[in-house]
Amino acid sequence: MSFTIKVGLASCGRAAGAVEVYEAIDKYLSKNKIKAELKKTACIGMCFSEPLVEFVAEDGSSITYGKVKPVEIPELIKQFNNRSPIKNNIILSNHLKGSENTNLNNQVRIALRNCGNINPESLDDYLANKGYQSLEKVLNEMSQEEVIEEIKKSGLRGRGGAGFPTGLKWSFALQAENKKKYVVCNADEGDPGAFMDRSVLEGDPHSIIEGMAICAYAIGADEGYIYCRAEYPLAIKHLKKAIKDAESAGYLGHKILGKNFSFKVHIKEGAGAFVCGEETALMASIEGQRGMPRIRPPFPATSGLWGKPTNINNVETLANIAWIILNGSAEYSKFGTEKSKGTKVFALAGKIKNSGLIEVPMGMPLRNVIYDVGGGMLTDKPFKAVQLGGPSGGCIPEKLLDTIVDYDSITKTGAIMGSGGMVVMDTSTCMVDVAKFFLNFTQNESCGKCTFCRIGTKRMLEILTRITEGKGKMEDIDTLENLAENIIKGSLCGLGQTAPNPVLTTLRYFRDEYIEHIMNKKCPAGVCTSLIKFEVIEDKCVGCTACARKCPVNCISGEVKKIHKIDQDKCIKCGVCLETCKFDAIKKS
Amino acid sequence: MIKNKKQIDEIISKFIGKKGSLIPLMQEIQNIERYLSIDTMRYLSEKSGVKLAEIYGVATFYTMFKLKPQGKHIVRICKGTACHVSGANSIARSLKQELNLKDNEDTTKDGLFTIMEVACLGCCSLAPVIMIDDNTYGKLTPDSVVDILKKYN
Ligand SMILES: Cc1cc2nc3c(=O)[nH]c(=O)nc-3n(C[C@H](O)[C@H](O)[C@H](O)COP(=O)(O)O)c2cc1C
Ligand code: FES
Repeated sequence: MSFTIKVGLASCGRAAGAVEVYEAIDKYLSKNKIKAELKKTACIGMCFSEPLVEFVAEDGSSITYGKVKPVEIPELIKQFNNRSPIKNNIILSNHLKGSENTNLNNQVRIALRNCGNINPESLDDYLANKGYQSLEKVLNEMSQEEVIEEIKKSGLRGRGGAGFPTGLKWSFALQAENKKKYVVCNADEGDPGAFMDRSVLEGDPHSIIEGMAICAYAIGADEGYIYCRAEYPLAIKHLKKAIKDAESAGYLGHKILGKNFSFKVHIKEGAGAFVCGEETALMASIEGQRGMPRIRPPFPATSGLWGKPTNINNVETLANIAWIILNGSAEYSKFGTEKSKGTKVFALAGKIKNSGLIEVPMGMPLRNVIYDVGGGMLTDKPFKAVQLGGPSGGCIPEKLLDTIVDYDSITKTGAIMGSGGMVVMDTSTCMVDVAKFFLNFTQNESCGKCTFCRIGTKRMLEILTRITEGKGKMEDIDTLENLAENIIKGSLCGLGQTAPNPVLTTLRYFRDEYIEHIMNKKCPAGVCTSLIKFEVIEDKCVGCTACARKCPVNCISGEVKKIHKIDQDKCIKCGVCLETCKFDAIKKS
Repeated sequence: MIKNKKQIDEIISKFIGKKGSLIPLMQEIQNIERYLSIDTMRYLSEKSGVKLAEIYGVATFYTMFKLKPQGKHIVRICKGTACHVSGANSIARSLKQELNLKDNEDTTKDGLFTIMEVACLGCCSLAPVIMIDDNTYGKLTPDSVVDILKKYN
């Protein structure tokens, strides 16, 4: 009997030990001369239970195991041959028995259609999954205007953050008259907490290349750049291979598919600057300069890379293109709301059970995203907020969880859709600290061009730091709001214009917490280190030494069966002692 | 003094005249030199004709460029959102204590480790995460991270 074994080898899988699992399978198969195809795939999105191994039988039925350890391999293979899945493993889906895994059930996978299913390093695999059929279709059957019309009708909006209608953007680039035009793919993915672009680049690089080629044809460009952040080495590796394979097979290069259309693609590695995700800064960076945003207009569509008309789209936006062309705009716009069509990929992270990547139709309420698709809270600590849109976004509280995911509804809450990073927070998160965290980020990443963004964020950060240290004053809140307003008004690019959002939303929904820090010098969540203290409760300490052994900085002293003591000067307030103590003898105050 | 002059010359001649090549050029030089010394940048400027101020401007703008010698192992501590809410600060404090690094120091005295903070390594579902050289480690605790360090020397 022959069957296929797929192992997810994206960054998330590797970090969880998938390479060792892959090697164990490989060794076992060859040692026992078992005829099975061992296949490398990428991330299917269920990162919370990596490493993932999927067994696919000849008839297509399959079973996926999560959190697989190398030692379990022989047993799993035997069990699969006998078709009786073992119980002590987390089985994510059991198609053989007809019960499907709920995490994938509520999803509609368009941008992620191939991720985790195909081998990203194999062009044949992509072709076997309808790859490059859309490119063939546009080259054979469609005019430039028809392609753009189709994208317009699909209602697709840019997934890089701003949500600008993609078809409209393409039409501007088509209208710009110039012999030389560029297509740029924005793979800078700077929003900390978002990793959907990484997953698509690692898991389905050809879909990006195909999307870019279709765009190039539609606007009349012959050269393209993928600007990928350097923190994604695996994505860059897969992209390089995909470009080479596509060139050899004639999907890129001169006179593609024998038609009068030529297109080549280069990769540019980022050098670590968040602001380079902004389109004008990104293009400056490709040109080899410091990545500083400039005033628009002129927009890239008229004057972009090296002054030539340029169309720039985000990775996820481009990943949708081939699907839309092949299945039709009507099929795509079936999903979603009136103004936000199609699906959106979200990166679920933080205190949520099923952290990973999901793709759901626009219009799903946040509550369903978090509790149904995301599986709810990670621990029994209750939900506090969900952060959307990264450093440009905001924190949405429990009472607004029925907000649906579409661009306009999210914006109404004060957050933004952004790139789709969703970080779930529970009561162990301090909202003032979160605001300080984001401001620290934007402050660091401000390119320094605009005074308000450069200095205003610094002043705000100083105030927030003061508050978290218990030195805040009530007037500080007004100053924060005042500064925020001016930074929004006085900044050139989206970085400054949105930098105050995390502060404004936390002030709006969690003002009490600010006041608690200021008036009572207390951090209710117990996060702000200046305001907390770990102490041994002498009555309860039995001198078991467990905490002293666990303490990473050895700041707990005490002999066996004697009361222990924490050296407050050395304590880093990590809380390990509190978690370790079985006698509730550690107090956090 | 520049150690790898010959290799640097080769890199420069590979890129010279190509548009938009300054950043990849500097990246490749840094890959062999491990950092960009002022001498190296001056040499690059003389050879390529790009103004030193421009090279220095680019080098200081992007966090990837290092102006000081780096340790043998690079420890990237993720300070992205997901890692932050999952205790990245404790991880960082524990690492610094273990490596005996004061507030503004980033490289150990024996030159074995350089630590740096990065915003998101793209493995948020395994938060908190660090990366040592090319290996990513997830679901860390302040004490497990100390054990991981011991694998490197
Ligand atoms: C500070 C800043 C950072 C940005 N970072 C990114 C990014 O990492 N990835 C991205 O696709 N777009 C980013 N954008 C948005 C881009 O400027 C641009 O709108 C986007 O690439 C357009 O593609 P789309 O229409 O397909 O969304 C950023 C914008 C700003 C202001
Ligand atoms: S926030 Fe740390 S890996 Fe994304």
